[in-house]
Parts: sequence; C-alpha cells; structure tokens
Amino acid sequence: MDGKGLRLDDIRISLNGAPLLSIAHTIAPGEVLTVMGPSGSGKSTLLAFIGGFLDPAFEASGQVFIDDEDLTPVASEDRHVGILFQDPLLFPHMTVAGNLTFAIPATISGRVRRRDIACRALEGVELAGYEDRDPDTLSGGQKARVALARVLLAEPRALLLDEPFSKLDAELRQQMRDLVFSKARQSGLPTLLVTHDEADAAAAGGNVIRLGG
Amino acid sequence: MIARFGPPLTILLLAGPVLAGLAGTLLPAFGYLPALGGDTFSFEPFGELAAQSGIWRSAWMSYYTGVAAAAISLLLVMLFVAAWAGTRAFATIQHLVSPLLSVPHAAAAFGFAFLIAPSGVLSRLASPWLTGWDRPPDAIIVNDGAALSLIAGLVVKEVPFLLLVTLAALPQVPVERTRKITALLGYGRIAGFIYASWPQIYRQIRLAVLAVIAFSASVVDVAAILGPTLPGTLAVRLAGWMNDPEISMRFLASAGALLQLGVAVAAILTWIAVEKTLGPLIQLMAQAGYSLRRDRWLRLAVLWTMALAAGTVFAGLGALAIWSIAGLWQFPDTLPDSVTLKSWMRAAPRMAGPLVTTCIVAVCATAIAVALAMMCLVREDTTGRRTSRFALPLIYLPLVVPQVAFLFGLQLLFVLSGTVASLPALVFAHVVFVLPYVFLSLSDPWRAFDRRYEAIAAGLGKSRNTTLWRIRAPMLLRAILTAAAVGFAVSIGQYLPTLLVGAGRLPTITTEAVALASGGNRRVIGVYAFLQMLLPLAGFAIATLVPALLFRRFRAMRA
Repeated sequence: MDGKGLRLDDIRISLNGAPLLSIAHTIAPGEVLTVMGPSGSGKSTLLAFIGGFLDPAFEASGQVFIDDEDLTPVASEDRHVGILFQDPLLFPHMTVAGNLTFAIPATISGRVRRRDIACRALEGVELAGYEDRDPDTLSGGQKARVALARVLLAEPRALLLDEPFSKLDAELRQQMRDLVFSKARQSGLPTLLVTHDEADAAAAGGNVIRLGG
Repeated sequence: MIARFGPPLTILLLAGPVLAGLAGTLLPAFGYLPALGGDTFSFEPFGELAAQSGIWRSAWMSYYTGVAAAAISLLLVMLFVAAWAGTRAFATIQHLVSPLLSVPHAAAAFGFAFLIAPSGVLSRLASPWLTGWDRPPDAIIVNDGAALSLIAGLVVKEVPFLLLVTLAALPQVPVERTRKITALLGYGRIAGFIYASWPQIYRQIRLAVLAVIAFSASVVDVAAILGPTLPGTLAVRLAGWMNDPEISMRFLASAGALLQLGVAVAAILTWIAVEKTLGPLIQLMAQAGYSLRRDRWLRLAVLWTMALAAGTVFAGLGALAIWSIAGLWQFPDTLPDSVTLKSWMRAAPRMAGPLVTTCIVAVCATAIAVALAMMCLVREDTTGRRTSRFALPLIYLPLVVPQVAFLFGLQLLFVLSGTVASLPALVFAHVVFVLPYVFLSLSDPWRAFDRRYEAIAAGLGKSRNTTLWRIRAPMLLRAILTAAAVGFAVSIGQYLPTLLVGAGRLPTITTEAVALASGGNRRVIGVYAFLQMLLPLAGFAIATLVPALLFRRFRAMRA
C-alpha cells in the first residue's frame, strides 16, 4: 500500500454496543500522533487494541498495519509494539540491568554481550553505573528513564505512550518529553501518544486528534 | 496452552468425588451393593439405623452443634468487625487471629480440652487458693452431654476462618465512608455498620458461613475429642461404623451417612430461615431509627471476647507443649515438677512412619492443588471471563457437603477399584479438600496483579509462558507460597479422608493423634498434637522465608 509507518485503518471500538471511538490515520516513522481526550474517552482502549491486549469485553473492528504488515491477527507478543504507561512499572524483582537484559531480544546471545548492551543503554539515558541498583531505590525520573531504555532495547517497530509524563514533576516532565520524543525520532519509530495534557501535544509537535468525551 | 485443561480438570476433581461419593453412599443406604450381596432395594438399613440406641439424640446434637457454632462464631465476627474495623485494636487482633487458621482442628481441640478439663490448666491456676480443690473436681466438663464444650471448641476455631473471609470481603464495601455517613446521622458505630455495610458483606461470605454450619454439624475429629459420649454425635458414631471390619455394617453406615446429610441440610435450612427473619428485622430496626448510640460497653465486650477466643487457642497450644515435656505433674501444681524429653523419645520411633506419610501426602496434594489453581487463574485471564458466578459454589462444594456423607461412598469406589489405602488414592482425596482453600487463598492476589506488567512484557516480545514464569509468578511468589502453606495446613489437618481412604493402613500424625483421644495419656497426646500443630507452622515459615531470602535485595518485594 502506501509504505512505512503505523497505519490505523478504520478502527472502531465499542463497549456493550455503544460506540467508544473511531479513528483512521497513518503515522510515519519518526512521527508522533497525539490523541487527546478526557478520561473515559477510550484513549487507553485504543492503545490496548493496537498492542493486542484489549479486554475481550470490548468489540473492535478495523486493522492495524506496520510497514504494510497486518498486525490484527498477530499475537500481542509478536507485534513488537513497545508501550510506556503512566507508571514506569519496572519489574520489582530484577535489578535495573536485569530489567534491561530481559528486554533484549533472544537473538542476541551471550551474557557478557547482553549486559554490555544494557550498560550502554543506561549511559544513553544518563544513568551509567546504576546497573546493579534495586529499581525501587530510584527516583521517579530515573525510573521513567530506565523504562524508556527498556522499551527501546526490545527493538520495537512502533511506540505507544499512555500519558507517560502525567505523574512526573513539572520540570522533569519537560526533560522527559524531550528525551522520549528525541529517542523515538532517532530510532525512526512511529509513535502514538494519548494524553489529556495540551503541553504534551505541543511538545510532540505532530498531528493531534481529539476524541469527544 | 496447558492452562486450557485447568478449569475442566478442577471441576472434575471437585464435583466428581462429591457426586460419585454421594452415589456410593446412597445406593448401599437403600440396601443395594451387589459386591456384598445386596442386589435389591429396601429400607432395611434405615430400619436398622432407627433401632440404634440414642440415634435421634445423636442426630439432634449434631444438628444444634452446627447451627449454634456457626451462629455464635458469625455473631462474634460481625460485632467485632462492626465495632473495631479500621482501628489499631482491630489490626492487633487480626494479626493475633490469622495464624490460628493454620492450626489443625484436632490440635486446637486437644489444647482446649487440656485447658478446661477438671484437672486442666485453668483449674490448676485457680487451685487451691481460690477453689480449695486439692483433687480435680468430679465434674464432666470436656465431653459434656449437652455438647457445650464441643460448641465452644468449634467457635474458637471457626472465628479465625470467618474473620479472614470477612476481611477479604471488606475492601469491596466502602465501610469507612459508610461509617462516617451513619455516624453523622446519629447511629452508633455497631448499629450503623450492621444496617448499612453488613448486608453487602454478608452476601459475599454466605457460602463460607454455610460451609461452617455443615462442617460443625458433621465434624468427626473435634467431636471425638470434645463432644459427648454415649451417645456421641452422629458423625462420630458414623466414623465408628465405617471403620467396623464387619462388612455388613456398610449398609448401616451408609444409611447413617444419609441421615447425616439430612441433618446438615436441616441445619442449613434452619439458617436460611433465620436469615429470612433477621434480614427484614434489621431493616425494620433501621427504619425505626433504633440507633444504639451508646455502644461503648458492647464494643469493649466484643473486643475482650475476641481476645479471649484467640487467647484460648494459644493457651491450649501452650498446654499441649508443656504436657509433651512434662515429668511428674500433680494436681493442683501449676507447672510440672520437672521437664523431660522422655515422652518425645518414646513416641519418636512410632511417629516416624506416620510423619513421613503425612508430609508426602501434604506435599503432593498441595503441589497438585497449586498447579490446578494457577491453571484456572491463567485460563481466566486468557478468556477474560471471571468464572465466579458459576464456579464459586462449585469450589465450596466439597466444603458444604458434609465429608462423612460422600467420603464413605468414595471409599467404596476405591475399595471396588482395588486402590484403597494406596498413596495416590489418599493424595487424590486430600486434593479435593485442599484445592478449594488454595484457590480461595490465591485468587484475590492473583486477580489484583497489575496486568500492565504483562502488557509491557508482551510489548518486549515475550511469550505468555515467559511472562508467566519470569514476571507474574516471581512477583506473586509470596502469594503462591502462602496459598501452598494454606493447602499444606489443610492437608495436615484432614482426619476423616485419611482414616477412610487410608483404611487405617496409612496412618498420619492426625489420625494417630485423634486415635489417642480415648486413651487419655496427656503426655503422648501432647507430643502428637504439638507436632500436628508444628507442621503447618513450618509450612508458613518456609512461605515467608523463601521469598524474603530470594528477593532480599529488592525493597518493593518485601510485603
């Protein structure tokens, strides 16, 4: 069809027969689409549909393509769509490095090599030397950066952002926005951001779709 | 995935033995058991049953024990939660009471008997300075004819169970907010709670209450230790007939098991009638504005009763421990003259075999139950269907149907298939009773897991299996091991299934301990009952220590 990126083809989601949202859009690599709407408008539901973990209670139609491959019938774990939530959700039973090596694809083998990649990823988010820390001892901003490094290490084909800045302090929030969007652009990832914060949309700098309440 | 087989297997394991066992009881009760020459249906076994001396008294005692034990336990738990929920006293009592759930019934009953007997610890503490006794009074306290000590012994053991079930239901009801509203409307704490919050809570714990009724009306081990004799309660007499080597007793025992089922049903029906009367009555009192504003005296009374109930079990366990190491201990001495390990050493060689059997069966049954419970819960996540409406009554099935009523029939099936008294059969029988508790214990923390972790792992390209074993199971390890410890404790405590399916040839610590009841050698009983209490404790210690050690570096993994 028309090439690269994340294409949302006539997606309609409803709950108990009541239409929740409909959307059709293509996000080019390195581009950010912002979907805005108040809570309850189905923003997160859209991400769940794209990620392949939509609650069976919802009815959904339409298709999701990445680089012309239809993801709709593909299992969640084979879609390679990374996601960041409001909370960093670092795995609490693994060290910081453990969280990162867990994300590295299995095709990259060798303990030393995988750990090395994790360490470099930490340097990339200015957390060099934090490898062996318990994630619970990190500050909110540090956790958010580890979560970002983790999702990028898995070599995703697209990135979904579910209000990932909303729980950060005001100053941290701007830093984190810059970091996330620049990393997404560097990696050429089509990115879908859902938020209710206008400043997020402004920082993302891409198209904005507003959902009704 | 293999989890697909979880729900059907579980249903089969829970409902299968109950239904098959009931059939195996029903047919011989009507004289039909071709293997023993009964090939026509008749009411003869019932005639024989009716001719047993004191049979109606036995049935009557079983009936009112069930209703009374459940009513008193529930009343106490309700008042306690009403009066103290959300306070520090509540948390203290809760921590005191929770571990009591794991104490096997037989051990708790022995401890209770050691406390209240005429020559028991309480009598010793008060003698001779208060009572003037220098010999134990000639009174029947334990095994009293009215079954009062049996009811009391059941209450102190059922209160922890009902309290924990209620605590699990509490978060789903806005108790604190409701309390503020009722307080502003001028209602006392207890009245406000009972009018506004209790009906919603009760709806959720109702099955557990019914299980308590059925259990109390048909319990064998506790009744053999604390209950009346000559005649004993129906269940105790039944267990005797079922164990009788005379094969023709099977018909009588089956008819008796059916009577026991009827007794349990009658007790439950009585309860439902009480529900139907009290529910509207409470609403009527609420409408009339009966506000019980000055409830301080009641609140204090409830707190002390609760502490007394918990303290009784602890004191009883202490009495067991002391008796197991007592040298000469004359009445009315408060403590033994000397301490010795002689009782333990003398019992050790005979305990080794039963101890090994106990542990093997408990470990196997628990492992199977945990695996099945996890399969069901994984399946529930995949299909997105909460199985609760249909499955919850099913999970409670082996707990609500009296054990005596279907185990005997189940034993018959094992006898006919030549598997009776084999370890696999015993493990299987234990799974039936372990699985409900494991499932009930594991399902809440399992469902409370933040599934965004799984979404993240899937986004990282991890398969469901990898996510289960590397993320969810480790993060829930504490809950899984706690559920396993609960299952282990339940298996240790099983008396009747072990007695019947083991056919006396696979003794465990529990069956040996209960068998000692009639002998009255307190030192030996102390050894067995103390060990019986110790095993579940060891299970819970492991369930606490393993995650603590494994995840000692991770702050968020500490509870």
